[in-house]
Amino acid sequence: MNTDTDRDVVVKTIQDLVVLFSGDSGDGMQLAGNMFSTLCAVLGDDISTFPDYPAEIRAPQGTLGGVSGFKVHAGKDVLTPGDHCDVLVAMNPAALKRERHMLTPQSIVIIDVDTFTPAELKKAEYTTEDPFEELGIHNEVIAAPFTQMCLSSLAKYDTPQPVKLKSRNMMALGLLCWIYDRPLEHAEEMLRQKFASKPQVAEANIRVLRDGYNYGHNVHASISVRYKIEPKLQTPGTYTEISGNRATAYGLIAAAEKAGLELFLGSYPITPATDILHELAKHKSLGVKTVQCEDELSGICMAIGASYAGDLGVTSTSGPGLALKSEALNLAVMAELPLVVIDVQRGGPSTGLPTKTEQADLLQALFGRNGESPVPVVSPATPADCFECAYMAAKVALEHMTPVILLSDAFLANGSASWKLPDLSKYPPIAPHDVTPEMASVWTPYRRDPATLARYRAVPGTPGFCHVIGGLEKDAETGAISYDPDNHERMISARRRKVELIDRDIPQLSVRGAADADTLVIGWGGTYGHILEAVDRINRDGSRVAFAHLQWINPLPSNTEQVLRRYKQIIVCELNCGQLAAYLRMRYQHLPEVRQVNRIQGQPFIVDELVDEITNYLKQI
Amino acid sequence: METNQYTPEDFSNGVRGKWCAGCGDFGLHSSLKRALAAVGAAPDQTILISGIGCSSRMAYHVKSYCFHTVHGRPIAVASGCKIANPKLNVWVVTGDGDCLAIGGNHFIHALRRNVDLNIILLNNRIYGLTKGQYSPTSLRGFVSKSSPYGTVEDPFRPGALALGAEATYFARCVATDGPASVDVLTSAAHHKGASVVEVLQNCVTFNNGTYGDIYTAEGRKRHALYLEHGKPMLFGPNKEYGIVRKGFELRVVKVDGPEGWKLKDILVHDAHAVDHTLQLKLALMEGPELPVALGVIRDVEAPTYDEAVMQQMKEVSARKPYHNFDELLRTSDTWEIH
Repeated sequence: MNTDTDRDVVVKTIQDLVVLFSGDSGDGMQLAGNMFSTLCAVLGDDISTFPDYPAEIRAPQGTLGGVSGFKVHAGKDVLTPGDHCDVLVAMNPAALKRERHMLTPQSIVIIDVDTFTPAELKKAEYTTEDPFEELGIHNEVIAAPFTQMCLSSLAKYDTPQPVKLKSRNMMALGLLCWIYDRPLEHAEEMLRQKFASKPQVAEANIRVLRDGYNYGHNVHASISVRYKIEPKLQTPGTYTEISGNRATAYGLIAAAEKAGLELFLGSYPITPATDILHELAKHKSLGVKTVQCEDELSGICMAIGASYAGDLGVTSTSGPGLALKSEALNLAVMAELPLVVIDVQRGGPSTGLPTKTEQADLLQALFGRNGESPVPVVSPATPADCFECAYMAAKVALEHMTPVILLSDAFLANGSASWKLPDLSKYPPIAPHDVTPEMASVWTPYRRDPATLARYRAVPGTPGFCHVIGGLEKDAETGAISYDPDNHERMISARRRKVELIDRDIPQLSVRGAADADTLVIGWGGTYGHILEAVDRINRDGSRVAFAHLQWINPLPSNTEQVLRRYKQIIVCELNCGQLAAYLRMRYQHLPEVRQVNRIQGQPFIVDELVDEITNYLKQI
Repeated sequence: METNQYTPEDFSNGVRGKWCAGCGDFGLHSSLKRALAAVGAAPDQTILISGIGCSSRMAYHVKSYCFHTVHGRPIAVASGCKIANPKLNVWVVTGDGDCLAIGGNHFIHALRRNVDLNIILLNNRIYGLTKGQYSPTSLRGFVSKSSPYGTVEDPFRPGALALGAEATYFARCVATDGPASVDVLTSAAHHKGASVVEVLQNCVTFNNGTYGDIYTAEGRKRHALYLEHGKPMLFGPNKEYGIVRKGFELRVVKVDGPEGWKLKDILVHDAHAVDHTLQLKLALMEGPELPVALGVIRDVEAPTYDEAVMQQMKEVSARKPYHNFDELLRTSDTWEIH
């Protein structure tokens, strides 16, 4: 702590903090938010971030449609980016208007008062001259002249004014760092790295950042409280901050290395999955090949070709792209080739809500193909879990000779968390299910490993294993084309059973929360943190509820039915109209009462709402 | 060229084709095996990828690593194979519907990228496997089950499409013209980059006679021009006709005839010319005024995609400080918790 003890600023200790940075798409809110979250993580906080940006790259400046936000939740036991914010940084009137619903009566609002001009108010569709009164905001407001301060900080530079104003975000960040006692050293280092090729830009941003910090220091008379976040005791180790998309890319790189294969990504740009392509395209020194394909079909087909020729083949997309890939995905099902298909889900149907999150591709992933087409489906719970799931998806694909769908979502993909660097040597081995030379005399394309029913891959170039595979049904014994009715049924059954047998490789479904509860809350994917927080709160408040999270959805963990039958009521929470609930009802007859909590607004769950709805159901038994 | 250590029989898997009697696929099948033997790569170093359609069943009748994929996608699958392992010889067998309708996008982009694939495009101007609908190469007015009053659309001309897509190699042969087919297929295999061989093929069942007398040896003598790089463009039963350029047009003239054209006036074929203007004119030649061009129309050198990918990986590898996952992790912005 610094010298504030001898002044009239009160320092309060808090458990956690949610800051929402909000401004125009061009105001650098994502950068400021990202830097703030890293500064917190470096101090040992748990972090969870949530960028919320418009699909348009640059909507007209100052309008409601152009507001871009970045929420950072930092502190102890952080599971979600938070329902509300403790601090709203609004760089213009539009941001204030768009994000006012995130405020609680205790929230602090920080505005760039220089932007609250009649012209800007008009752009944001205010009808009066007092935006706070108009919006009914009675919170503590810090009205800082960020624009003027930024310009005077950079007075000695002869860059044009619009360029100077790009640093306004650093003014806001500096002020926050003062209020929340985040030292600037790491932030300055980040700026030096980010602008390594433009040292002048780095210097200018650092200058503004420091002036923002000093502004808080100097005018603290108008800021009554400073805060100290109680640090969390984390497992010792080396940490970094990672987004779901980067963790996914890293999981694939790790798996390819473990399997001794090169990684091949065929992909077509699509929001919110494109960052996986961006990330993997960087890593040619790790033997990663990426092709930006002419379309989604080519993306998956190239990955299938690469996989057939001996690489770890991967394709990445979002819901609309998965729809386009479904025919080729079935080719991988039929040819029984390893393949990882990543669907970073977004709001649908059709183009839908490209930058918003949703879990509405579950049934598409499970069933969206012609014919009987079983495909394993795994879904990560957190940004860091994207690494584990991508690794496991690749392991299952290679060892069981099957395509695997990894269902991520926009919330996980763009959100980030602190991540302890994994030790790859401790991860399970990955053994591609390839032929060995001694099999040459007895091998046929669909000869199966009796333990897993996986066929053996004969990679082109291997002497003695010339063969043909393809999308037509094949004879189980010889691999020749077969229209034989019994053989077809036998092959359908083998493909299904092969996927079922994967349950031996996946963890059992575990239950947390109250041991004696009558109600089980169940969820999957990126809603994990929100549901867990809701369940923890309900249990703390004296009600009894248990919680299970599904990572693998096909196959389900082998004890799933047994777990479900332990309860009187099951509440399935998901960001769709009830797809997992429908799937569970289909899989298991006569389950206990299955109830649903669904949201389909393109946004993550709100923990308060989950608590209310779950609590209501608890009253009904 | 390497010495021939393989015979066509080495590429035979003994499974007889189930095409209609008289189908051009039989002829091409035989030429392909001979070409594969001539190329000299081992069967297990050879990949053959096909799509959907009568000709795509070829994958079941060649001994190599064969993959019968889905409709329209063989070029995309093959691109993945070649980029994954550029050492393999990768062939694509596709048809006019597979390649130019449902798979058109992959065709033009593979050519633009110049992936080192040997694409055999069997063009019979009809959908045979679905029993007789017009295809994107059917001539305007073509009557079929799906166009009972004749089509009201113009066909693609594969040569124009290929050259428009920056193809570095385009050749043409007739399915029943064995020796010329073998030559063209062999030359396509030796070309580094994407090669397109358009195989003119009759469909005895649904589009019989579509190529007229070009389909017969006798007809080709009169109406086909076998192009050879560096040779004058002569054709006719006694090579008495030749091609000359008049303005932007090509014309047939009689050498040493009444008009006074001499051998020196006849155009000499340059398959290696980077500018494809004249090659395009040759690819578009058709009767009755002009002969149909067969043989290698274009064959130019250019960097291949698969080699460029490998090259870039090598260069980046030499520059970057990390070469395994653990080293990658250390490049992140990290901090220690004690």
